[in-house]
Amino acid sequence: MINKTIFERSAIGRLLLADKAGRYLIGVLLAAMILVPLCNLLMPAGSFFHIPTYVVVLLGKYLCYALLALALDLVWGYCGILSLGHGAFFALGGYAMGMHLMRQIGERGVYGNAELPDFMVFLNWTELPWYWYGFDSFFFAMFMVALVPAALAFVFGWLAFRSRVTGVYLSIITQAMTYALLLAFFRNDMGFGGNNGLTDFKDILGFSLQSDVTRCVLFALSALSVALAYILCRAIVSSKYGRVLVAIRDAESRTRFMGYRVEHFKLFVFVVSAMLAGIAGALYVPQVGIINPGEFGPINSIEIVIWVAIGGRGTLFGAVIGAVAVNYAKTYFTGAFPEVWLFMLGALFVISTLYLPKGIVGVVNQLRERRAERNATSTPEQGAQS
Amino acid sequence: MSAVVKSPGFHSAEMQSMLYLNGVTKSFDGFKAINNLSLDIYPGELRAIIGPNGAGKSTMMDIITGKTRPDSGEVRFRDSIDLTQYDEADIANLGIGRKFQKPTVIETLTVWENVELALAGTRSVLRALLHKLSSEQADKIDEVIKLVGLKAKTNDLAGSLSHGQKQWLEIGMLIVQGPELLLVDEPAAGMTDHETMETAALLKEINKDHTVVVVEHDMDFIKALDSKVTVLHEGGVLAEGRLEVVSANPRVIEVYLGR
Ligand SMILES: Nc1ncnc2c1ncn2[C@@H]1O[C@H](COP(=O)(O)OP(=O)(O)O)[C@@H](O)[C@H]1O
Ligand SMILES: [Mg+2]
Repeated sequence: MINKTIFERSAIGRLLLADKAGRYLIGVLLAAMILVPLCNLLMPAGSFFHIPTYVVVLLGKYLCYALLALALDLVWGYCGILSLGHGAFFALGGYAMGMHLMRQIGERGVYGNAELPDFMVFLNWTELPWYWYGFDSFFFAMFMVALVPAALAFVFGWLAFRSRVTGVYLSIITQAMTYALLLAFFRNDMGFGGNNGLTDFKDILGFSLQSDVTRCVLFALSALSVALAYILCRAIVSSKYGRVLVAIRDAESRTRFMGYRVEHFKLFVFVVSAMLAGIAGALYVPQVGIINPGEFGPINSIEIVIWVAIGGRGTLFGAVIGAVAVNYAKTYFTGAFPEVWLFMLGALFVISTLYLPKGIVGVVNQLRERRAERNATSTPEQGAQS
Repeated sequence: MSAVVKSPGFHSAEMQSMLYLNGVTKSFDGFKAINNLSLDIYPGELRAIIGPNGAGKSTMMDIITGKTRPDSGEVRFRDSIDLTQYDEADIANLGIGRKFQKPTVIETLTVWENVELALAGTRSVLRALLHKLSSEQADKIDEVIKLVGLKAKTNDLAGSLSHGQKQWLEIGMLIVQGPELLLVDEPAAGMTDHETMETAALLKEINKDHTVVVVEHDMDFIKALDSKVTVLHEGGVLAEGRLEVVSANPRVIEVYLGR
C-alpha cells in the first residue's frame, strides 16, 4: 500500500497511471530484461526454457530498432516532421560506439599496431586523425553517441525549420542528408573504414563481446533503454510542450499566431529524437559486431517510417510494437523467401496506409471498442435475467 | 525577440491609434492585392470591414499579423510599434490576436486543451515542458469556455464540434491570449441566422475591453454590430462611415451591395 502511494505521487507514477498500454509495455520490457538473460545463462541447452544466444542477440537488435522507432514517432507522430533521415542519426551513434570499440582492439588487430586501427595501417596512414582522439575513453565515446547526432540535428533543424521547410520538402532533404552521409562514409579518406566500416571488435570495458554474459547484459541494457526512452517520450508528449507539438502538427500556422515560436519547438524535439536514435545505434553496434556505411542507406530510413506506420503512429507503444513485429517478419521472410521481403514490406506499407491508417494499435483499439459496445448493449439483458 | 504578453486595456491617454495603416501596397506577381491602403483604428473601437471577394481583406490581415510583408507603406500598432519588423509569434505576443477565415482549432485536442494552449503566458520550450497549471489559470479557461457557450463540450475533441462551435472556440482562444486588438476574419461564415446574431452579440461583448476589427460579408451581421464600416475594393478603401451612409454611396452600390 505504501509503495503504491509513493508510486502514485511520483511524476513517473502519475504518467504511467494514465497510460495503461505504457504500463504493459514497461512490464514486458522489464520482465524480458530479467527473464531472457536468466533463460539464456541458467537453463541447460536442451531445456524447453533455454533461449539460445543467437535469439538473445536477435531480440536485442529488435529492441534497438524499437528505440529508433520511438525516436521517429516522437517527431513524426506528434509533431508531423516526417523525417526520412533518422537512419543517419542511428548510424552516427553506431559509428561513435564503433570507434570506441576499434580503439579497444589495441594491438590485437591483424597488423598488431597499437596506435592505429587496421584499416588505417592498410591505407598507409601513420597518424591517428584528430577526430579519433578521445574515443579511447568509454565516457567520451558515450558522450559523442548523443552529441554527434544532436549536433547534426541541431544544425540541420535550425536551417530547415527557420526557413519553414515542411512536408514533402522536408522529407526529401532529410533523405538527401542521409544519402550525402552514405557517400561520405564510403570514402576511405574520411577515416571511418570506407565501405567495410568498423568491425572485428574484441571487447567492451574489458568484457569479451563474444561471451554470453556480455550479450545478455547488452540485451538487458537495450530493454532498459527502450523502457526509459518510452517514459521520457511519454513525459514529453504529456506535457504542455507535447500539446504544442500536436498543435504544430495539426495547424502550424495557427500555432504561430498563438505566439509560439514553432521553429524552437520543432528543433527541441528533433534534437531529442536524434539523440535517442544515436543511443539506439550505439546499443546496436556491439550486438551485431559491425557498423558500415550501409546503415546510412536511404531505404533504412524509409523502413523506420514503415515500422511506425504499421505499429500505429502517434502512440509511442505502436512504434515499439511495429518495429518488433516488422523486424520479426523480416527475419522470418528473409530466411524463408529472401526475394519477396522487399515486396512484402512495400505491400504491408500500402495496405496499412490504405486500410489501417492507425496501424496495429488502431485495429486493436477498434476491436476493443466494438467489444465494449457489444457488452454495453448486452448488459440490460443480463440485468433482466438476474 | 521576447515580447511580453500585454493585458487588455487601452487607458493610456496618449495613444492615438490602436492600429494605423498608411499607404500599404502588396502585389502578388504584379497583381496589387493591396493598393495604397490606409486605415486608422482608435483604441477601443469596433470596426467592420466589408468588401467583395478578392478585395484584399484577408491579405490585409496577413500583413498586420506578420504573415505577409508589404512591399511598401506603414503598419503601426499602438502608435509606435512598426509591425513590419516582426513575425507572427512576436506580433501575437505583442497583443494582436487573429481568427482565421476558415476556423482553425486543433481538432485532435479537447476544447479545454485548445483554450489552455492559447492562454497567455508560457510560450518558451522550457517553460512549456515544465508547465504546471495554476488554479487561476484553470478558472480563466473555464470562464472563457463558458463565455463562448461551450461549457457542455469542455472535454470533447475540438474536431467533433459543429462549424459554428469551432468558430466560437477560436474566438475563445483569441480572448484568453489576452490581446488588445482582435482581428476576426469572417466569423459568421457558414453559421445559421441564429448563430450569426449570437456571434455579433459575443463580439460586442468582447469589444467592451478589446479593440476589434471584423471582416464580414453578412449584412445582417454588420447591421447587428452597429459600428463604423470600411468598404474595401481592389485593395484600397472605397468608402468609410456608418452603414447607412456607406450603403447609400453609389460607388459602393455599384461594386458591392448592388450585385
Ligand atoms: N499568397 C498569395 N499569392 C498570390 N495571390 C494572392 C495571395 N494571397 C492573396 N492573393 C490574391 O489577392 C487577392 C485578395 O485576396 P484576399 O485578401 O484573400 O481577399 P478577400 O479576403 O478580401 O476575399 C485575391 O485576388 C487573391 O487571389
Ligand atoms: Mg478572405
